[in-house]
Amino acid sequence: MFDLKEKNALITGASGGIGGDIAKMLHGAGATVGISGTRVEPLEALAAELGERVHILPCNLSDAEAVDALPKQAAEAMGSVDILVNNAGITRDNLFMRMSDDEWQSVINVNLTATMKLCKGVLRGMMKARWGRIVNISSVVGATGNPGQANYAASKAGMVGMSKSLAYEVASRGITVNCVAPGFITTAMTDKLTDDQKDAILKQVPAGRMGDPSEIASAVLYLASAEGGYVTGTTLHVNGGMAML
Amino acid sequence: MSDVADRVKKIVVEHLGVEEDKVVDNASFIDDLGADSLDTVELVMAFEEEFGIEIPDDAAETIQTFGDAVKFINEAAA
Repeated sequence: MFDLKEKNALITGASGGIGGDIAKMLHGAGATVGISGTRVEPLEALAAELGERVHILPCNLSDAEAVDALPKQAAEAMGSVDILVNNAGITRDNLFMRMSDDEWQSVINVNLTATMKLCKGVLRGMMKARWGRIVNISSVVGATGNPGQANYAASKAGMVGMSKSLAYEVASRGITVNCVAPGFITTAMTDKLTDDQKDAILKQVPAGRMGDPSEIASAVLYLASAEGGYVTGTTLHVNGGMAML
Repeated sequence: MSDVADRVKKIVVEHLGVEEDKVVDNASFIDDLGADSLDTVELVMAFEEEFGIEIPDDAAETIQTFGDAVKFINEAAA
C-alpha cells in the first residue's frame, strides 16, 4: 500500500518540523522529493539524511518571482511534479484591533497566494498526465478561529475554499485537491512553550497529548497515494479530537 | 488546407474525440464539438506546445471556434 515509486513530489516548508516529516514519509514510500524552504541549511541536512532521490529547491515564498519560478525549477530537477504539498506557512500574530495591513498582507501572501500560484504552476503537467495530487496544509484554526490570528485563520480557511473549488475543476482529470488541518503538533515552536502553556493547550485536546509531525505526514501520504484517488475537496482534520469537524 | 489547419485539426480530433469532418471553420469547441471549459484550456495548452507559441489568457478567451484557433496561430507564428 501507498507506493509512490516513479512519483515526484514538491514539498514547501520542508525546512520545518512538519514539512521535513512529510518529505521523509513520501520519500520513504518511494517518491522522489523536491524539498523547498527559505533556510538552506536544514534542507541540506534533510537531503543528507534521505540520500538519493532528493532535490534541494530553496525558495522564499514572500518573493513573488521566486514563487512563480519554483514549479518550473522543480519540474526541471525531477522531470515532473506529480504531487504538490503546500506546507509552508508563516504567522504574524496580533490582536485584530492592532493588526497592521502589513501583518495581514504578508500572511495572506505566503500562506494563501503562494499556495494558489504553486497549484497553478503544477497543474499543466498534472492535466497532461491525467494524474496529480495536491495537498494543502491548512490548520484547525481555519475552521475554529483563534484570538490573535485573524490573518492566519483567514489564510488557512481561504486555502480550504480554494482547494474545494479547484478540486471541482480538475476532478475529471484524475487530479485530487485536499487539505490536511493539523491541531497542536510538537515542533520547535511548541517546544518553547512553558509547562503552564502546554497544560492549558492540552486541556482542549481529548487525546491528552500533542500530535507528532509524523501523524500529519501520514495523512498527507494517504491523500497523495493512488489509494486516496477517490478523496477530493475534503479537509482531513488531524487534531486529537480538539475540534471534531 | 494549410499545414497549420491540419495540425490544429489533428489536436482537436484527438483531444475531443470528434469526427474530422465536424471540425469546420465555424465549429465552436463548446457548442458544436462537445468541449467543456476545461477542455478549451487544454486545447490552448496543446496549441502552445505544438506551435511553440504563448497564448495569453485574454487571447485564449477569444478562441471559440476551430477557425479562430487557426487564424490566431497563423498570426502568432507569422
